[in-house]
Amino acid sequence: MRGFINYLTGIVRGVWSLVLGMMVTGKYFFSPWKIVTQQYPENRKKLVMYDRFRGEVIMPHNANNEHKCTGCGICEINCPNGTIEVISKQILLDDGKKKRALDKHIYRLGMCTFCALCVKTCPSDALTFSQEFEHAVFNRAQLNKILNKEGSTLMKGVE
Amino acid sequence: MEEDVLLDLEKEEYIINMGPQHPSTHGVLRLVLSLKGEIVKNIEPHCGYIHRGIEKMCEKLTYQQIIHLTDRLDYLSAMINNEAVCLCVENALQIEVPERVKYIRTIMDELQRIASHQLWWCSFGMDLGGLTCFFYGLRDREKVLDIFEESIGSRLILSYYTPGGLMNDIHPNFQKNVKKFIKYFRKILPEYDQLLTGNVIMQERCKGVGFLSKEDAINYGVTGPSGRGSGFSCDIRKHAPYGVYDKVDFKEILFNEGDTFARYQVRMFEMRESMKIIEQLIDNIPEGDYTAKMKPIIKLPEGEYYQRVEACRGEFGVYIESKGEKYPYRLKLRSPNFSNLSALNAIAKNQKIADLVAIGASLDYVIPDIDR
Repeated sequence: MRGFINYLTGIVRGVWSLVLGMMVTGKYFFSPWKIVTQQYPENRKKLVMYDRFRGEVIMPHNANNEHKCTGCGICEINCPNGTIEVISKQILLDDGKKKRALDKHIYRLGMCTFCALCVKTCPSDALTFSQEFEHAVFNRAQLNKILNKEGSTLMKGVE
Repeated sequence: MEEDVLLDLEKEEYIINMGPQHPSTHGVLRLVLSLKGEIVKNIEPHCGYIHRGIEKMCEKLTYQQIIHLTDRLDYLSAMINNEAVCLCVENALQIEVPERVKYIRTIMDELQRIASHQLWWCSFGMDLGGLTCFFYGLRDREKVLDIFEESIGSRLILSYYTPGGLMNDIHPNFQKNVKKFIKYFRKILPEYDQLLTGNVIMQERCKGVGFLSKEDAINYGVTGPSGRGSGFSCDIRKHAPYGVYDKVDFKEILFNEGDTFARYQVRMFEMRESMKIIEQLIDNIPEGDYTAKMKPIIKLPEGEYYQRVEACRGEFGVYIESKGEKYPYRLKLRSPNFSNLSALNAIAKNQKIADLVAIGASLDYVIPDIDR
């Protein structure tokens, strides 16, 4: 007799545990305002990333097409994957002296692991992260980017 | 068929491949199972499908650069893996990091542990056939990842710690958001229990399944929640405290049953303990620098250094042998999942093949950590 009662209570307990679980799912089923799903491609315009978000490395330019990169190559040394390649050139100053300047700052997005060492170690804060996160392109070659714009020069006051 | 052929088939073991592309192995793990009917007689794990040679790669990287590779071992406890390398380098250089750094690191570690255990809960439910768990767990994990994203900039592969301190200071909203999350998660965690822990189907599938004795846990080096489910007291946070774990009050969760359900329970209670640790620290973060003064090129003095930390899945150790250069001569990583996997044969022998999925889910292995 006792075995039979245990058997019955076991069934009741089992069914009750399922009901308890269904109460949780039912709670969310009947309160749709608690749904947290984002309609991603539709909300693209409203979607704002945090300011520290590591999107991709960019080199900010001001209105006069000037950047802060001196072409020292510290970011290239610090990069663990060979993502960055800095090609510098020698320019003649007005007083006849030669000075190193940036020719091309090549950034290969496909190899980047977003460890932020280049941004962190840059002595003149020339690099930052953008909030861009949609990196997909149709052609792999498009992932190799030149960060300095054409005809850009070094900002005054940056050594 | 003729009778003697049938007899032969009964005697022979049936070999089946589970993985490398199997949803319940959580990655590219291949288990070669010898079956007799549906009883598992032997398990032979084949590792190496995601081997990247991280230990060898580290020999050509500076100590700051090594950090970002340790993210990619056990990507669910990236923060804690980073800390192991940082602590090892700091101990070798005998640098005292600021108190603020220690507090922030401990809070971040515990947040990472909560996030990891949440994902484990998701996949545990999903492996046993409850897809609802997966959605609910990920919904709450998103809130932790948002906290990370605001302060650090990345969500999964964090690279937040550097030798000597942190990459950047915490966001001004950090404390407010963490408190908000703790309040929210305290309310939501009983729902997890209501949904899955009390569920009769889940209990039937877990209780008494996959027994691992304390002796076996010690012999195989099963650490972390899986080891503590067998009564093996192995919490590095208690036994060899780092950070500010010696200043906070928390319990080491121990269960003596050693079955799948015990391993489940350890993790559920650990989430509560992690919240307790965070609550004690979050209001007391001291002011100060977020990094100690470090030279741009770190050269460790000649010698051997070892540091172990409590990662989400067990003891994670970093062994560095230095010849006095800016690169390590040899870097060995002791990953918890590799040792935990080695016990799988002992646990799942003579169990049903369906229970192997539950056992694997309770061991919670992350394959990139096994292969490195």
